[in-house]
Amino acid sequence: MVVANIVQAVTMGLRQELKRDKKVIVLGEDVGLNGGVFRATDGLQKEFGPDRVIDTPLAELGIVGASIGLAVNGMKPVAEIQFSGFVYAGFDQLLSHAARIRMRSRGRFTCPMVLRTPYGTGIRALELHCESGEALFSHIAGLKMVVPSNPYDAKGLLAAAIRDPDPVIFYEPMRIYRAIKQDIPEDEYIVPLGKANVIHQGDDLTLIAWGAMVKTCQDAIQKLQGKYSVEIIDLRTINPYDAETVISSVKKTGRCVIAHEAPRTAGFAAELIASINEKALLSLHAPVVRVTGPDVPIPLAKLEGHYLPDVNRIIKGIEKVMSF
Amino acid sequence: MPKKVLRDFKVEYLQILDENGNCDDALMPKLSNEEIKKMYEMLVLVRVFDQKAFNMQRQGRLGTYIQFKGQEACQIGSAAVLEDDDWIFPMYRNSGLLIARKHPIVQVLQYWNGDERGMRAPDNVNNFPIAISVGTHVIHAVGAAWAAKLQGKKQVAVTYFGEGATSKGDFHEAMNFAGVYSAPCVFFCENNQFAISVPRAKQTHAETIAQKAIAYGIEGIQVDGMDIFAVYKAAKDAVEKARAGKGPTLIEAYAYRLCDHSTSDDASRYRSKEEFEAWVKKDSLERLEKYMRKKNLLDDAYKQKVLESSQQIIEKAVTEFEKIQPPDPKDMFKYVYAEMTPQQKEEMEELGIK
Repeated sequence: MVVANIVQAVTMGLRQELKRDKKVIVLGEDVGLNGGVFRATDGLQKEFGPDRVIDTPLAELGIVGASIGLAVNGMKPVAEIQFSGFVYAGFDQLLSHAARIRMRSRGRFTCPMVLRTPYGTGIRALELHCESGEALFSHIAGLKMVVPSNPYDAKGLLAAAIRDPDPVIFYEPMRIYRAIKQDIPEDEYIVPLGKANVIHQGDDLTLIAWGAMVKTCQDAIQKLQGKYSVEIIDLRTINPYDAETVISSVKKTGRCVIAHEAPRTAGFAAELIASINEKALLSLHAPVVRVTGPDVPIPLAKLEGHYLPDVNRIIKGIEKVMSF
Repeated sequence: MPKKVLRDFKVEYLQILDENGNCDDALMPKLSNEEIKKMYEMLVLVRVFDQKAFNMQRQGRLGTYIQFKGQEACQIGSAAVLEDDDWIFPMYRNSGLLIARKHPIVQVLQYWNGDERGMRAPDNVNNFPIAISVGTHVIHAVGAAWAAKLQGKKQVAVTYFGEGATSKGDFHEAMNFAGVYSAPCVFFCENNQFAISVPRAKQTHAETIAQKAIAYGIEGIQVDGMDIFAVYKAAKDAVEKARAGKGPTLIEAYAYRLCDHSTSDDASRYRSKEEFEAWVKKDSLERLEKYMRKKNLLDDAYKQKVLESSQQIIEKAVTEFEKIQPPDPKDMFKYVYAEMTPQQKEEMEELGIK
């Protein structure tokens, strides 16, 4: 076991897979000598060489598009885009190509690539450095969308994403990159995609979150000091999401709050609520409440505190459901 | 201080066979009589196919179809230098290329009739499915070529696109990546002078597409795209260079679309009859025939035989194509992910698909 934060866990996950499979390569802006702007690839180029940990031109479309070609012809590229707000230059490549290659070629060609990118606000960064686009990617059949919330999952989910035969978007929670430290195994392991994690058992209410918002939810529960028995579900994989875990929890508790920092309208909470309505409506004691960012472009530092759901807003959401 | 000249560049143009069938023997690539006849037969076959597919669309027997008449030499001449194991990343105007690359004719028809099974390449040939969105596939060839290089495979990747695609940022990023990583790929631009209705001069202020290569530190050449020998020579040089680890090449094949953009287009709205007629005279098939006559490789009987056998091949494929049952609706779900998601399984059940 070794103490690691999320950035270090990502590095460990990359190292594990680079060692395990010669087809795995890491590419992106500054990922080589500099070890990435967040140091997530620190030391990897030295260890695995410049043919496997590759500095690319400053070109997001090129990084994504070249990764597609690399994946189609036998490699397992793990591309880094420095901030999730910059992925959109390569969005067409993901939507029009990565997601459709298996379909378009009727299984003859596949695209086993991973796109890693830090996401989320609350770090006082520049414009477009703080986006949360998980719902956008989850709307694209053919892509998978994964968001870890802690170091153990970051390493294990990343390894699973790299081994997955289909393209995976891997969102890294920038705000808690270094905020959580955990003892995690140095040995090889994976955390399977498509499985949510019940991180806190409870009977009164189901609280669903992913990524950095999981910690905010945990902090909220702590602040409530046992007032309610809350079950926290870390969704981990957004698409395909683990409906079974969500539905069985909501059936048990009869109440649900979903928290995400992306804007509300057509955010992923809406999909979960639809699913709860379809499968657990009669178990509900109260309407499901969403605690999300508002429908505005994510603001810069001076207003981000007003945007980002915090402990108090989550408690407010819980109280709303409990007092219905 | 006087200004210095840092670099001086030239843009070469290659023509070997002129429109009267005169050949520059000094430039002529080494081709046996059999190889020349094979190329001729393929030119005829794909032209017969192109016309047949167009007719079938008009008769309501095929969906929207993209003709390639006028660009046959680009596709047949370049395909002739590739191994099955090499990669092509084609665009929608490349049905001729696919046929030359052993893609079953039946499947090409299936694709243009809305049956996605048509784009599954034969197992031993690396034909990537055609790209519908312009120029977005160019970078994939770079990635595939780079992958070949990293794995020590001797493959070359060739991507085909029109001059319109060179206006897109995708083209820039692809050329730049290819240069930086010295990827064994060939950028094959079929410059047919028009992106639907917009002429070449409105796509770029550069005098040639070929010269765009210079900015990326790679070689570029313009060839007569209706001269199959020039296309063959340039493609062969570029592919051999790539295979030898000496990096990418941009080939601009200067041609003309002797047809509408698609079966939904009417090119007479934006091109003059005079211009069209002038280009018809440069047609690749006729000039090859003239050459072959001079070399005693073709006479009327052979010409007729090739035409008839092409028609038979196409008719046989059409008959087979028209007997094919529609795809299983399950296919919609089957090829999205390696394994269907729980959500997809529910959706399938809801649609009554088993």
